Amino acid sequence: MDTETIAAVATAMSSSGISIVRISGDNALTVADKVFRMKGSCKSLYDVKSHTIHYGFLYEGEEILDEVMVSVMRAPKSYTTEDTVEINCHGGVLLTNRVLELVLQNGARLAQPGEFTKRAFLHGRIDLTEAEAVMDLIQSQSSLALRSSLCQLQGSVSSYIKELREKILYEVAFIESALDDPEHISLEGYPDRLSKVLDTVIGKLDELIKNADQGRIMREGIRTVILGKPNAGKSSLLNFLAGEERAIVTDIAGTTRDTVEETIRIGEIGLHVIDTAGIRLTEDVVERIGVEKALRAAESADLILYVMDSSVDFDENDRIILNSIEKKNVVILLNKSDLPPVITKEMLCTAYRLAYPIVVCSIKSKEGLDNLYEILRQEFFHGTVSFENEVYLTNLRHKKAVSEARESLEMVKKSISLAMPEDLYTIDLMSAYSALGRIVGEEVGEDLIDEIFSKFCMGK
Amino acid sequence: MPGIREKVDVCVIGAGHAGCEAALACARLGLETVIFMVSVDSIALMPCNPNIGGSSKGHLVRELDALGGEMGKNIDKTFIQSKMLNLSKGPAVHSLRAQADKADYTREMRRVIENQEHLTVKQTEVCRILTKDIADKEGIFEKEAIGVVTFTGAVYESRAVILCTGTYLNARCLCGEAISYTGPNGLQAATHLTDSLKELGIKTRRFKTGTPARMDKRSLDFSKMEIQWGSERVVPFSFSTDPETVQIEQVPCYLTYTNEKTHEIIRNNLDRSPIYAGIIEGTGPRYCPSIEDKVVKFADKSRHQVFIEPEGLHTNEMYVGGMSSSLPEDVQLSMYRSVPGLEHCKIVRNAYAIEYDCIDAVQLRPTLEFKKIRGLFSGGQINGSSGYEEAAAQGLIAGINAAMEILGREPFVLDRSEAYIGVLIDDLVTKETQEPYRMMTSRAEYRLLLRQDNADLRLREKGYRIGLVSEEAYRKVCRKRELIEEEIDRLKHTSIGASAENQKFMEDCQSAPIRSGTNLAELMCRPELSYEKLRKIDTERKPLPDDVICQVEIEIKYEGYIARQLRQVEQYKKMEKKTIPENLDYDKIPSLRTEARQKLAAYRPVSVGQASRISGVSPADISVLLVFLEHYNREEKKKSDGL
Repeated sequence: MDTETIAAVATAMSSSGISIVRISGDNALTVADKVFRMKGSCKSLYDVKSHTIHYGFLYEGEEILDEVMVSVMRAPKSYTTEDTVEINCHGGVLLTNRVLELVLQNGARLAQPGEFTKRAFLHGRIDLTEAEAVMDLIQSQSSLALRSSLCQLQGSVSSYIKELREKILYEVAFIESALDDPEHISLEGYPDRLSKVLDTVIGKLDELIKNADQGRIMREGIRTVILGKPNAGKSSLLNFLAGEERAIVTDIAGTTRDTVEETIRIGEIGLHVIDTAGIRLTEDVVERIGVEKALRAAESADLILYVMDSSVDFDENDRIILNSIEKKNVVILLNKSDLPPVITKEMLCTAYRLAYPIVVCSIKSKEGLDNLYEILRQEFFHGTVSFENEVYLTNLRHKKAVSEARESLEMVKKSISLAMPEDLYTIDLMSAYSALGRIVGEEVGEDLIDEIFSKFCMGK
Repeated sequence: MPGIREKVDVCVIGAGHAGCEAALACARLGLETVIFMVSVDSIALMPCNPNIGGSSKGHLVRELDALGGEMGKNIDKTFIQSKMLNLSKGPAVHSLRAQADKADYTREMRRVIENQEHLTVKQTEVCRILTKDIADKEGIFEKEAIGVVTFTGAVYESRAVILCTGTYLNARCLCGEAISYTGPNGLQAATHLTDSLKELGIKTRRFKTGTPARMDKRSLDFSKMEIQWGSERVVPFSFSTDPETVQIEQVPCYLTYTNEKTHEIIRNNLDRSPIYAGIIEGTGPRYCPSIEDKVVKFADKSRHQVFIEPEGLHTNEMYVGGMSSSLPEDVQLSMYRSVPGLEHCKIVRNAYAIEYDCIDAVQLRPTLEFKKIRGLFSGGQINGSSGYEEAAAQGLIAGINAAMEILGREPFVLDRSEAYIGVLIDDLVTKETQEPYRMMTSRAEYRLLLRQDNADLRLREKGYRIGLVSEEAYRKVCRKRELIEEEIDRLKHTSIGASAENQKFMEDCQSAPIRSGTNLAELMCRPELSYEKLRKIDTERKPLPDDVICQVEIEIKYEGYIARQLRQVEQYKKMEKKTIPENLDYDKIPSLRTEARQKLAAYRPVSVGQASRISGVSPADISVLLVFLEHYNREEKKKSDGL
């Protein structure tokens, strides 16, 4: 069907020492042969054994471009199951790009994002969760997310979900066989037994759902919104976190009228930070839109960094902010510790009864901000950032499917409590079974395929 | 060679339950039809159990009736006991079963067949199917059936041929070491047709089934058995039968049990059972097992049920349900005599196993036409099913589709969400069954929608469009639907006040007090309440027929479940609607695993949905297929846009 030869840089574009350019498809060896000459030999790559690596030079015309190692993996024993050549060249964005260009000039076309994985999946090399994990891998933005993606790749989610599905299927089979053969299989006392099984399975699904947010946080970073009154130092905080002048910082209140986004890493934690307009009651139409937008952003945030200017008194605007962030994860940054304080940490705790963690700091002089990282670890990873043995859903679709399955199992429990006939249980049991099946690709829903295609940039 | 030459529209080979339905359907649609059988006396014979219906089989009969088949009407005229089974369970598994007077059943069906316009009855053995090659291949048809040749050399040219040979092809009956080369009940076997089928490239195989002994009523002691009565109010099988006409005086059946002694006798003589001794090559049904199989399979059970059922009103023969066997005569006798009430039994007919040729039904389309032979259809036990009802249902569908093809009309296929018949045929033509296929409730994924009580609402209109259901019957079901909808609407919009009187009523029903504004439909959803119970506080109620009330009750009480099942059906239909071109070259899809590619090429599924049910085709293969079809359809569209 689709055996065009494709190529792309397989490693992250960075200034690292070695980069890999991967070529896959029917003509992978032909393409590589055109540009690669083995040292001290005139052998073609067609003459070498599969899964071997060779030293030599890349030639652009008669000129040597780079000194490289080339590995050859013949179909079907490669990631894509097609003939695959990987060129290990010297790193650096510029040189790597020239190597890729050279390959493209010699008969390969540039691979679309995820295309290697798509081929692997379509050739039955990997199942859906694994494919999606690979896609997540491509998209993962922090090292923690990377580790979880790898873990999922090894099939831990698959096997966990498969186990739960088996449990459900067993119950369906039991009910069905009792319907077919009432003489030999009795359903007496069965509802109670089923109820217990359901509790166990629902508990496990709950665990998955609970952890799913952590999974998403790992992949996408903590959705962080910076809130505060105008000129409290929000944009300065973003710039500090991002390490560059991103938002316009002035002494004029109300400078940021829209939201500004940035992805940042603090240690091993990824933050997806949104800076917002200062919150205040205002007549200015444009500014008011900014304020509304800020409050909306806060609604869907995992974390709110509430920047307060300690040199300005608590007022109506603070109240608006506090009302809008109730029940959220909030860290208060009591900024401008270098100025004479009007409000203090103690006042916030006692007079205003705020139970949020409070960091007293001066963003301008970069003082007191070390505590922030510690607090984030506490808030989001229960103190320990450990991902070795746990199963996480990093995909929103998976989380939705698990929630659906859970809902269906609750329906079964409801049927049991209403003393409905047993043959009705299987409707919802089967719904739960299919929902979970969609996660591991054992049930092919049309919607899923559509989603995958759009992610794979199909349709061209 | 000189001989009779006749020209008809349709040849139906076999006059069992499948053949009768197939022939009647064709003739009723105006096609000149001839039905062949080895003996006219064997029309609609019931060589095994004396009942029609039963768990899930009852559904098949009601569906068949809704479509315009004959079996339901015939049993309504000839039953001697009738019972709605599984009433303690949910409405999806309620099932009708009736005891037939076998002789009456056969006689009545024969009367219908013999008096059907456009239908000719012919007693003779068909030996060969005539075909011609199709010159310009269309789709995957290679040949076309053009008639049959009988044992005496007569040629019947026709436009369609329907195989309904039941268990007659190369049949042999086994009773221990005694083997006779006959069809059921000692009738002549058909020994020529299999070769003709093989010549046409049709793959055949060998199945077996069995039947228990018949006993002389006078030799049985019923005082040692539990008596089994039918339902007090009989529900007819046919939607055309007036319920008042079936409230007849019923005869009882009896229940007794095997015991350890029975099992010991069987175990000690297993080496003399042709199945366990390896004499029978055919595969038997797991779900309709012989008593030998049961004793082996359920070694821990100390007893099995044995139903003693009359074979008719004018015979002393009693059927011994649950104890089919192929053990030798002497073992049978001592085995049966170990059962309470049968101590002094006299056996009229021995139990025996029958082995026969049947086809691998995956060679058929969902219309029951052969994939490669146009005009050749196959229905009933020859397709690897077991049971009268399964046979009749297939016969009807094969007959309808033969007629549709001749008349140049759209094929008629029911899917898994529309009818048990759809499930039955989809399973037969999609899954490799290694044993005779028996219908079971568990096979129907959407069984809450496929109830026996709503078969008319599901299928009457389809039967009408085909032309097998009268305008009057169709109008009747339309009216019924209106009444149901009106009544549901009324119940949903009738609030019940929280008056002291009403609260007292709730208390009497052991139900929680009403809050004001509660409507009748909400009250009906409470497990302890029902339409009937609410009569007292539902003062505006008008009298409605029982079948309407039944629908109203189920639709309200199980509304949530029905809605959820409908959502599942929606999902299912999405894949069914993705059709696959009949002559798709699967070799052009290299990403398919080899096993899947071979299976798909051999089965040629009509839809992605059907493809996904073929064993050996994985979800990943289905994804690949979907990707390919997406691409393929785009290319095809481009091509047609270019033209």
